[in-house]
Amino acid sequence: MTGLFELLGLGASAELLSLSGWGGNLLRGLANSLQIAFGAFGLGLVIGLFGAYGKLYGGKVTRDLLAIYTTVIRAVPELVLILILYYVGSDIINKISEAMGGGRVEINGVAAGIWVLGVVQGAYATEVLRGAIQAVPVGQIEAAKSYGMPAFMIMRRVTIPAMMSFAVPGLANLWLIATKDTALLAVVGFNELTLETRQAASSTRAYFTFFLAAGFLYLMVTLCSGAVFARIEKWARRGQPSLKGGTS
Amino acid sequence: MDSAAATASALETDTRREAIRVEDLHKSFGNLEVLKGVDLTAQQGDVVAIIGGSGSGKSTMLRCINFLETPSSGKIVIGGEEVAMRGDGSPANQRQIERIRTKLAMVFQQFNLWTHRTLLENVIEVPVHVLKVPKAKAIARALELLNRVGLGGKEDTYPAYLSGGQQQRAAIARALAVDPSAMLFDEPTSALDPELVGEVLTVIRDLAAEGRTMLLVTHEMKFAREVANHVVYLYQGRIEEQGPPAEVFGNPQSERLKQFLSSVA
Repeated sequence: MTGLFELLGLGASAELLSLSGWGGNLLRGLANSLQIAFGAFGLGLVIGLFGAYGKLYGGKVTRDLLAIYTTVIRAVPELVLILILYYVGSDIINKISEAMGGGRVEINGVAAGIWVLGVVQGAYATEVLRGAIQAVPVGQIEAAKSYGMPAFMIMRRVTIPAMMSFAVPGLANLWLIATKDTALLAVVGFNELTLETRQAASSTRAYFTFFLAAGFLYLMVTLCSGAVFARIEKWARRGQPSLKGGTS
Repeated sequence: MDSAAATASALETDTRREAIRVEDLHKSFGNLEVLKGVDLTAQQGDVVAIIGGSGSGKSTMLRCINFLETPSSGKIVIGGEEVAMRGDGSPANQRQIERIRTKLAMVFQQFNLWTHRTLLENVIEVPVHVLKVPKAKAIARALELLNRVGLGGKEDTYPAYLSGGQQQRAAIARALAVDPSAMLFDEPTSALDPELVGEVLTVIRDLAAEGRTMLLVTHEMKFAREVANHVVYLYQGRIEEQGPPAEVFGNPQSERLKQFLSSVA
């Protein structure tokens, strides 16, 4: 058995990937990636909700500004956006800090990653949520109005729960994109999974082992996310007969 | 306020019983004037049936009363309280209109139940979240109401699994749960299969019999004649003819009403 392992080089791989070896670094990178993905997805949802409501109910100026935001963000490649937002963001913070008499500020990588990817996610989430809100039958909102619900309560109790079933598939996509976009942060030197993998690979020359391991980790994230989103979608679709027929 | 009340003392006996008063109501959609000055008063306990052809403005009028549609001009008084309006007809005081809306329960043509909530959740939603009734109390009352409209045992079902007639009866239970001072029915049976109309009308008939104030936009002439104590015929945004049902249906004066009645009979 050990002989076979040796033959395939699996023993060496296992040693390289052990937690005391480079495996720990990969997992730390994964943790960083997930942290950023969570933060960016959350920030994107908040931006998206405001953006969607702004686009649907806002005044002309609000709508124009939001149109510029969603168009520009979705037009420019994400890698370019990350470079722009990261360097512009840190530049602005440093300028402010210097203006206030402070020195250069060390930008927190996680916070920077969340802000950069969150702004990108927000543009897509705006469109996903706008479509979902528009798909809510207008009668349900009218019913809420006619019974004296204030606007914010209508949003919380009727519009958001009713739009969830339309929004979840699009949001699940955005979440998966968020997990993978974290890899782009490698270009600004952030220690997420891809950068950790590259460092491990180039230090050991075991490229195949490490990139395969990283790919496996990304796959695991996707599979777990799929399971979680399936549950969320089932919950969001409560009360709607399934297309296959029968009760869901 | 006091001096106004004193001078209007002769009217006071009248206004105390008044549930809904609409004065010179106009409504335009762009260039299209749908309501051209409608006056209507419903006393407490009145059942007013509003009839008329398609496009006559009857649904629009009903929807203007609770400001689901913004009137272009006019005056709306609910339970003696005038709704403050801006120049463009929109409610000047959002709080006021929200408070008034809780007294006017609307039943829609398309039921408009909240599909992501069970029947029980639909019925307790407004009492619990808007009227701040304790949840246990709201649930007990909701079960009673669902029972009353013949949906006992269906409280945990979602609307999509019910027939149109059942959904409309649940919507009526939702309306009753807010203890409305008046109910607005907007063509409550128009979206139903013919065999389901009867079950909904039975529920509405019971409500009329117990003295509830109702405004009822309907195409069911026989039903209007039977339950209403006042019938209003709208034609192209104006009240063409109104009166007790026996008069309006039995002895129509205007040519248009005669024609309308013969076309729907």
